[in-house]
Amino acid sequence: MTHETRERSLRVLLYALLVACTALTLLPYVWMLSSSFKENIEIFSARIDLVPDKPTFDNYVVAIEKHPVIRAILNSIIMAGVETLAVVVTSVFTAYPFARLRFPGRDVLFLLILGTMMIPSQVTMIPAFILIKSLGWIDTYQGLIVPRVMTPLGIFLMRQFLQTLPRELEEAARIDGCSRLQTLTRVLVPLCGPAVATLAIFTFTASWNEFFWPLIVIQSTEMWTIQLLIASMKQAEVVDWGVVMAVVTMSVVPTVAIYVMLQRYFVKGIAMSGLKG
Amino acid sequence: MRPDLLTSAGRTSKSALPARWWNEETRFAWLAILPALLFFSLFVGYPVGYSFYLSFHEWNMMSPPYWVGLENYTSLLDDEGFRRSLYQTAIFTAGITACIVVFSLAMALLIDQKLRWIKMYRAIFYLPAVTSLVAIGIVWVWIFDPQYGLINQILRVMGFEGPIWLADPSIALFALIMTAAWRNIGYFATIFLAGLQGIDTTYYEAARIDGASAWACFWRITLPLLKPTILFVAVMSVILSFQVFALVYVMTAGGPANATSVLVFYLYQQAFTYFRMGYASAIGFVLFVIIFAITLLQFKAFGKPVQAG
Repeated sequence: MTHETRERSLRVLLYALLVACTALTLLPYVWMLSSSFKENIEIFSARIDLVPDKPTFDNYVVAIEKHPVIRAILNSIIMAGVETLAVVVTSVFTAYPFARLRFPGRDVLFLLILGTMMIPSQVTMIPAFILIKSLGWIDTYQGLIVPRVMTPLGIFLMRQFLQTLPRELEEAARIDGCSRLQTLTRVLVPLCGPAVATLAIFTFTASWNEFFWPLIVIQSTEMWTIQLLIASMKQAEVVDWGVVMAVVTMSVVPTVAIYVMLQRYFVKGIAMSGLKG
Repeated sequence: MRPDLLTSAGRTSKSALPARWWNEETRFAWLAILPALLFFSLFVGYPVGYSFYLSFHEWNMMSPPYWVGLENYTSLLDDEGFRRSLYQTAIFTAGITACIVVFSLAMALLIDQKLRWIKMYRAIFYLPAVTSLVAIGIVWVWIFDPQYGLINQILRVMGFEGPIWLADPSIALFALIMTAAWRNIGYFATIFLAGLQGIDTTYYEAARIDGASAWACFWRITLPLLKPTILFVAVMSVILSFQVFALVYVMTAGGPANATSVLVFYLYQQAFTYFRMGYASAIGFVLFVIIFAITLLQFKAFGKPVQAG
């Protein structure tokens, strides 16, 4: 009897902790959302309302009219989209020989590629900037995208996945007269769905959220990514918090939507890599 | 790549290949990884080398770089700003890593329980990890607002007048740690969870038969077996925290009174505000050495490297 009541009170405590953690996690999002739908009068008032008194879209209208939000979102979509496509393709092609073939230098080269993960981007940033500048790529999409079309993490993930596929598939295809390239593109790639989805989601999210490299490469307002636009809005003398929160909400929605819809791939990705997302 | 360039095994005549190792398999492999080799040489190898070269020069991007030997490194030692940034980075890193090891582990133990809707809770706690640091930074600036921010409004209801947070040099770094903790605890809890679920349940069953309490199980079974995960998380947290930039740029821009001018922010300023490219490269190499040493430490413990970002 006492054991049962102890068990029950323990469960109550655990649920209370879960709810408390959930509240702490979601509160900033709720505060962001509610501020974005509040009138200025309510934002700058001495009351805490998590639900706006008179919800309004004014902040969103002002944001889109006065700030290059649409263009910035478009820039971010282009950057993250192209980068994701490129990373997936290059990762599959580069990972395949490392996963399946035997050739001299394989292990050393793989370690070298993996080893580049240890180099902080701040070390390579200045020469990379100078390189992009000498190519005339400052303030362009190619300047944003080209230095990021391959990632060691992508190659690593795809190699891990390709190694789990049964060898018999390839051998059968080879006996049937497929070239190595055909074996890869027609037999293995169609089986890579889950791994490709995981890699694509991680790459897109990381690229969408990227700040450091765009900050260095981009100069003009028209080329701002959404992250650069948000960062610039705080520099204003008087910060219009309702409008800022509207822009932030618009920037957060795509990644959160992708996350909510494709959550199982995130879980898989964490399990596959144990590395940062 | 044209498929016919990549000859299939059947058509490769062995007599045409004197050296056995230079076979069709090797050629295909090298051709497939060649773009990657070129890419990493151009965007990692060459920059690292050039950055090293620059770190021995003075260069403002206008006039050609000129050789100053070790001067950049020696003047770092006397540079008040650099020493301060190193100190602040260390405080930030220590604070956030302590927070993460304790709270992420606690959260992992919580979400490891068999409770209703536990998957939904896990998903919620991971949410900040997919949100950009810029967005998080600016939302927290608003939360920390001394007058109308959420925290001080709540404190006011409870009868306190809260601090001015990001505008107070003695508290700003602490506020940054709070924000970074909020973002990372759920993420690292997910990694701890994977570690917890990797522990063989028979240990717990045996302990329960012997009448061990839950408390004893945690200290005697969970913690010792989780040691590799704890070290992994701690090292990753240190590496990530040492490179903190976006949060600082958005929330405090190094201020107030340089109270949050962390290492990478200082480097960024030297490079892109003062155009001291050689000096900034030297700072970059100091950062590199620190991170490399930490990674090596971890590599020794696990035999697996960690991503630096």
